[in-house]
Amino acid sequence: MTARIGVVTFPGSLDDRDSRRAIRLAGAEPVALWHKDKDLKQVDAVVLPGGFSYGDYLRAGAISRFSPVMETIIEQARAGMPVLGICNGFQILTEAHLLPGAMLGNDHLHFICRDQKLRVENAETAWTGDYTAGQEIHIPLKNMDGRYVADEYTLDMLEAEGRVVFRYLDFNPNGSLRDIAGITNEAGNVVGLMPHPEHAVEPLIGTGRTDGLPFFTSILKKLVTA
Amino acid sequence: MSRTPLDTVEHAAATPDVELPWAELGLKKDEYERIVEILGRRPTGAELAMYSVMWSEHCSYKSSKVHLRQFGEKAPENDVLLVGMGENAGVVDVGQGYAVTFKVESHNHPSYVEPYQGAATGVGGIVRDIIAMGARPVAVVDPLRFGAADHPDTKRVLPGVVAGIGGYGNCLGLPNIGGEVVFDACYQGNPLVNAGCIGVMRHEDIHLAKASGAGNKVILYGARTGGDGIGGASILASETFDAESDSASGTGKPRKRPAVQVGDPFQEKLLIECTLEAFAEKLVVGIQDLGAAGLSCATSELASNGSGGMRVILDDVPLRDSTLSPEEILMSESQERMCAIVEPDKVDRFLEICEKWDVIATVIGEVTDGDRLEIYWHGEKIVDVDPRTVAHEGPVYERPYARPEWQDALQADDAGKLPRPRTSEELREQVLKLVASPNQASKKWITQQYDHFVQGNTVLAMPEDAGMIRIDEETGLGVAIATDGNGRYTKLDPYTGAQLALAEAYRNVAATGAKPLAVSDCLNFGSPEDPAVMWQFAEAVRGLADGCRQLGTPVTGGNVSLYNQTGEVAIHPTPVVAVLGVIDDVSRRTPVAFQEEGQLLYLLGDTREEFGGSAWSQVIHDHLGGLPPKVDLERERLLAEILIAASRDGMIDSAHDLSDGGLIQAVVESALLGGKGARLIVPDGLDAFTFLFSESAGRAIVAVPRSEEVRFTDMCRARDLPATRIGVVDGDAVEVQGEFVLSLEELREAHENTIPSLLA
Repeated sequence: MTARIGVVTFPGSLDDRDSRRAIRLAGAEPVALWHKDKDLKQVDAVVLPGGFSYGDYLRAGAISRFSPVMETIIEQARAGMPVLGICNGFQILTEAHLLPGAMLGNDHLHFICRDQKLRVENAETAWTGDYTAGQEIHIPLKNMDGRYVADEYTLDMLEAEGRVVFRYLDFNPNGSLRDIAGITNEAGNVVGLMPHPEHAVEPLIGTGRTDGLPFFTSILKKLVTA
Repeated sequence: MSRTPLDTVEHAAATPDVELPWAELGLKKDEYERIVEILGRRPTGAELAMYSVMWSEHCSYKSSKVHLRQFGEKAPENDVLLVGMGENAGVVDVGQGYAVTFKVESHNHPSYVEPYQGAATGVGGIVRDIIAMGARPVAVVDPLRFGAADHPDTKRVLPGVVAGIGGYGNCLGLPNIGGEVVFDACYQGNPLVNAGCIGVMRHEDIHLAKASGAGNKVILYGARTGGDGIGGASILASETFDAESDSASGTGKPRKRPAVQVGDPFQEKLLIECTLEAFAEKLVVGIQDLGAAGLSCATSELASNGSGGMRVILDDVPLRDSTLSPEEILMSESQERMCAIVEPDKVDRFLEICEKWDVIATVIGEVTDGDRLEIYWHGEKIVDVDPRTVAHEGPVYERPYARPEWQDALQADDAGKLPRPRTSEELREQVLKLVASPNQASKKWITQQYDHFVQGNTVLAMPEDAGMIRIDEETGLGVAIATDGNGRYTKLDPYTGAQLALAEAYRNVAATGAKPLAVSDCLNFGSPEDPAVMWQFAEAVRGLADGCRQLGTPVTGGNVSLYNQTGEVAIHPTPVVAVLGVIDDVSRRTPVAFQEEGQLLYLLGDTREEFGGSAWSQVIHDHLGGLPPKVDLERERLLAEILIAASRDGMIDSAHDLSDGGLIQAVVESALLGGKGARLIVPDGLDAFTFLFSESAGRAIVAVPRSEEVRFTDMCRARDLPATRIGVVDGDAVEVQGEFVLSLEELREAHENTIPSLLA
């Protein structure tokens, strides 16, 4: 048996097809979900892909957060369904208050695309079980609004509870506070990060590394053994 | 308050003496008289608007047409082309049932006036050309040229252009995989912002811009029509910037600014998805994007390419600004709009798909039995023309051309006579200076503002020799594209310069392991009204057409940008050539970076004392003179065959073409990218200076694993390609034995700091 993992397409989503490919390569069944449709088609988990939903107009993720599909996703995520937000997906998760904090424009004011080194800080979330804590990985990063910010209290809480899942290593590409690249919620089922694991799943393609594949094998393992 | 009566066809016929502002719209007197002759009466205001934009230099190619014909006349005889020149973009057969369409266009003038929007809408326009062929866009490339890197206006133009390309292309989800960034004072005030796009489709999905089948509906969809970009192509791109009013310090920018269009990449992304969905359900008979000349162009081209006429109700065009006049609606270059011809019983489904994507779509007319394009406004006929006379039968000029009298003196000013480095220390210093010079320095600060990874099929992206995209996940079929141009070489000898651009792009594609198939070009020149410029243009086109015939790579289409000059001063003639190649299995691709220590470095081809137009002569002596390197296209073809075979059979692990900056530039790039140094030995018969800095064409360096050396050198010998062992991949420095050592650290600092320190 396998798991059904939904990928939402918002208007302006860009990495939806790539996320479905990554899910397929990991051995799970990708299911396309449409932003106007509240029905999640009985998926076991959901990926909110990268892109510029609604052109990032108003604020990245601010409009998508109100789309019909998000009503169901917010409800199910609170009930424990695994949700992964990548880049724009992470922005949507913060806008939806499923994850704390917010995203601002990169401190250098430019879009940045690079092969980014990260340290896995928490290998116990629904999406990171196939990594080991402290592992160093390379995942492509590409964003305009990737500067993670939160108040000191929230940052201290995230650190204390082990909810910082990934940290930028060697170079902080956007001015994120405490080098935070990704975080999780209290239950560990909702994870958001700026880098793009779905672009690091095949040798030769992109940076030629496959350091992103464990995201998708992690969730598959968790779902089939659950 | 009096109201001007609507200038209907009937009114025009009855009032032959009314004066129309043809000169303000950019028409010449004889052109206006020709319109009157075609119509048998004076044109209406709306007709005049249409003719003026469609007969502009940008849309009609009136100065270049007589030369461009050679691309067709000299086309090599092969069956690579599925759709040739004249359509939105040419289409090439790449095998396995796939077709690839690609094209390069210019957005030079708008990008100088308003860098961000000018560059952004350049990307938008070329992408719509590709969609209009029925293809899914899979990658973009951007060949860019700016004034001197340290000129204050470059700091205004370049960051805006780069942000515009990124802002638009990144938001569309198209990986940016190649292009160039070149600085030269000749582009001060006339930056060249060229944009290319590649699209992929199945053979059966090719769509054309024609309106056929009486009763079929004309659907305008995408953005609402506004007042932006009126006359952008006709007035902005078809005139020389006036030196007094348009220089960086003058007052011209604000005056022309309203002629620059404003882009909305989000709308374009929706347009792509909705168009592809309509194609997939076979709902579209013909399609055209709205770019330069907007609705005037789309309606007249669709109608003239089809079998019938067309009737359009202009009142039905959704507007952003309700005060627009019919003339303005016809001329508006508002972005993100397309026009589709759809059979009546499929209209509902088409509109449904548009609604799904929240794209506004409106039936604005239908295909008719006749052969006229008729446009109505408030129930009255305001346009009644033969669409062919608007779209295809514009004026054609045989502009006078003459070899400029300064050409001889320029060519006689031999770069070979420039003082050369006398000591090893001086040689070392010049190498460092070269790799740190703005043209040779790393462009990472620029290219990292573009998304390379989206769509998950990028195999190679800049700074590789060519960008490469996988198009079939099962078989690994892929395509590669390289764009090259060298204004300095072309200034010295336009015929040879154009062939060198072709040769370099061809070589770059082959260096990755892909087989070059076809060519697109973007021809950037000064004013065609200057006979010297026209001579450069004529020579460059002749060179390119001859070259393409010899290499067997047909020209699939392209773009001409003239009037790139301020006052009397034209840019260097700059034909930019894009070569598209195919590779059966992307896992056989060859990167630029050195892969493993101990691998042997071979120099392929012949090195001569050729320094005319070279990077060395520019960087060290600020000199431009002499003759450009010689071109031997048969040698280029042989070199390409060797590179492709070596790549396919696993005989080489890295390859890099040699071009501007010569061998040392290539070695430094491969070393820095791979994080591995090289030890070089100056081969017998060459001095160190010529070995390192010569820009002889038809050359590449390759890294050969020791186990493959015999097989590789045997192949080169059997095919008669000179292959000289020049060293080995080794250590953390680039060493030229007996001359100097430069650590990778020192090289990296020199190579990577220049651009950020000038522009960040």
